[in-house]
Amino acid sequence: MLTKKLLLSVFTTLSLALISNVSFALSAEEQKGLDISMEAKKRDLGWQDSTADMLMLLRNKQGQESIREIKMKSLEVDNDGDKSLTIFNKPRDVKGTAFLSFSHPVDADDQWLFLPALKRVKRISSRNKSGPFMGSEFAFEDLSSFEVEKYSYKYLGVEEINGLTNFKVEQYPVDENSGYTRRIVWLDTLEYRVHKIDFYDRKNSLLKTLTFSDYKQYIAKHWRADKQEMINHQNGKSTELKWSNYDFKTGLSDSDFNRNSLKRAR
Amino acid sequence: MQFSLHTKLNRSVKVMAVCTSMLLSNSLQADEVEFEVSGNIALEQRYFLKEALDAEQLSHSQTSLSIEAGFYWQWNDGNDSVIFTPFYRIDSQDDQRSHGDIRELAYIHASDDWELRLGIRKEFWGVTEFQHLVDVINQTDGVEDFDGEDKLGQQMVNLSLVNDWGIVDVFLLPGFRERTYAGEEGRLRGPLVVDEKNVSYESSAGQQHLDVALRWAHSVGDYDLGVYWFHGTNREAYLSPSPQAPTLQAPTPKLVQYYAQMDQLGVDVQATLGDWLWKFESIYRSTGLEDFWATQAGFEYSFIGVFESNLDLGLLMEHSWDSRGEVDLGAQGSLMQNDLFLGARLAFNDMQSSELLMGIGSDLDHNAFSFLVEASRRFGDDFIVNLDVRLLQSNEKNDLLYSLSNDDHAQLSASWYF
Repeated sequence: MLTKKLLLSVFTTLSLALISNVSFALSAEEQKGLDISMEAKKRDLGWQDSTADMLMLLRNKQGQESIREIKMKSLEVDNDGDKSLTIFNKPRDVKGTAFLSFSHPVDADDQWLFLPALKRVKRISSRNKSGPFMGSEFAFEDLSSFEVEKYSYKYLGVEEINGLTNFKVEQYPVDENSGYTRRIVWLDTLEYRVHKIDFYDRKNSLLKTLTFSDYKQYIAKHWRADKQEMINHQNGKSTELKWSNYDFKTGLSDSDFNRNSLKRAR
Repeated sequence: MQFSLHTKLNRSVKVMAVCTSMLLSNSLQADEVEFEVSGNIALEQRYFLKEALDAEQLSHSQTSLSIEAGFYWQWNDGNDSVIFTPFYRIDSQDDQRSHGDIRELAYIHASDDWELRLGIRKEFWGVTEFQHLVDVINQTDGVEDFDGEDKLGQQMVNLSLVNDWGIVDVFLLPGFRERTYAGEEGRLRGPLVVDEKNVSYESSAGQQHLDVALRWAHSVGDYDLGVYWFHGTNREAYLSPSPQAPTLQAPTPKLVQYYAQMDQLGVDVQATLGDWLWKFESIYRSTGLEDFWATQAGFEYSFIGVFESNLDLGLLMEHSWDSRGEVDLGAQGSLMQNDLFLGARLAFNDMQSSELLMGIGSDLDHNAFSFLVEASRRFGDDFIVNLDVRLLQSNEKNDLLYSLSNDDHAQLSASWYF
């Protein structure tokens, strides 16, 4: 009898929660936050495919540096997340290691790693979103493509950064495996380019700040920052990303993103 | 006989060279060629904790130096490439361990939905960690390390066809490679030395038997599947004591190698479900001497960011099974007929890529254990230091581990990458 009552009350609460989620419209701030994010995504659609070189400079508290050299190939996929191939060149001991990812907006990504010493292709778990990428201050989730469905939103107002008016939008990750409770993102009102992101850890304290600079426009449409700097406020370490040799619509296709291309990636 | 084998080998190498040069001249136009060199030089020091069982074997210390270089050319936007990877090791104690090999010397042409790979290559199949049951293309370079993961280059013509329903690989494998074994002075061997000169084959073609393999591999959602059939020379030799009476020059008998023909069906499956990786490998092997099944199955579970840090902890468990069951030493069979393996992998995710791996193997049919620890860390930008400790123990005289129970050792290596 008691359990029946309990079950019933649980059921009622659950269905109430479900209904309230559906029937209560987003607040004005939530709607505006979502609209800005959708516009930012929309403005960058249609790049088809791209290649670029990435240089990562890892710095610890004492100022010691370590370099990562990486080549990226990406393919835009309609109505799904992007496909990407990441090829490692430095440090030299991981040269030839390559990483293939089929990202999905909501479902877990499909990821494979090629280990050149054994010539082995390994399917790996994509649950590791919060972990550091190559020992840097970038987490895997910081480097994955932006999809609107990955967050819920709240508009916080406008703020000036580097002489540009920016929207300030708070983002709450949908995925429970995210390492963050929230991110605050600044996008300029002119071109919807991200200029700064504050990351808050699971305890909701400020963990990292990422700033974007040296934006360049490619094929008269797509803006990419040549420089990204991630500063970790809690451990004093930082990582600088320098992008070069950006190329768009190079003619990459699905066949450049499979097990075979992973094995011969250079 | 020896002469004709060599001429045959020469002929097949020549045919491959002619084919390669024809393909090269076709695709190599005024296009610019990119060239790259990389590789590593490693100094390795082994220390065995106990005296050897056999007086001929080295007593405690073994030092060696190895070099592997990779020369790589690509053109036509990377759709054509040539790779050359020579390898050489010099060992202070074991003559058999001082050896060289061409790990790779191959030309690869990639098209949208097919790829042709021609020459000496390495090809790995499988999903499990403690035993690579389905991996069959390359011969094991047995003197290199205890784990059997080092392989000798294999001559091949490999056509890879990419379809919506999976990748199909066709292999023609001319030129069989004999396994390398520790010599008289070497450790990590059984009481009898394997005679590298006394080798026989079931096939009258001997080393020139043309092996073939056909493999299908596909990813369906969270599942990665592979199935293959292999027909050709068994990579594992049947070893038996030489029937010749001991002489003054050879007071103890040696093991004679016999390579049978085999048909092998293999299956490998991995399910990647959240933090869980479920792994399964199985083979059915049929030779003139025996037919058997074997499996390797288990899982890997990952904890991300343990102890509120950046550390990842992976826990592994695998079980080996072989239908031949427990066998006497010297008889044919598997060491891993009913064995359980437990492992833990700790990744520090730091700038130096520090990693620690621990594993325990236990034979469930009798009292035998193996224990291993592997630690690695990067120093500066270009140096990697590895420390491995392996302890082997068995109370069962029939177990190979019993004859290795004096071979507990620690191995320290420093590699410079260029």
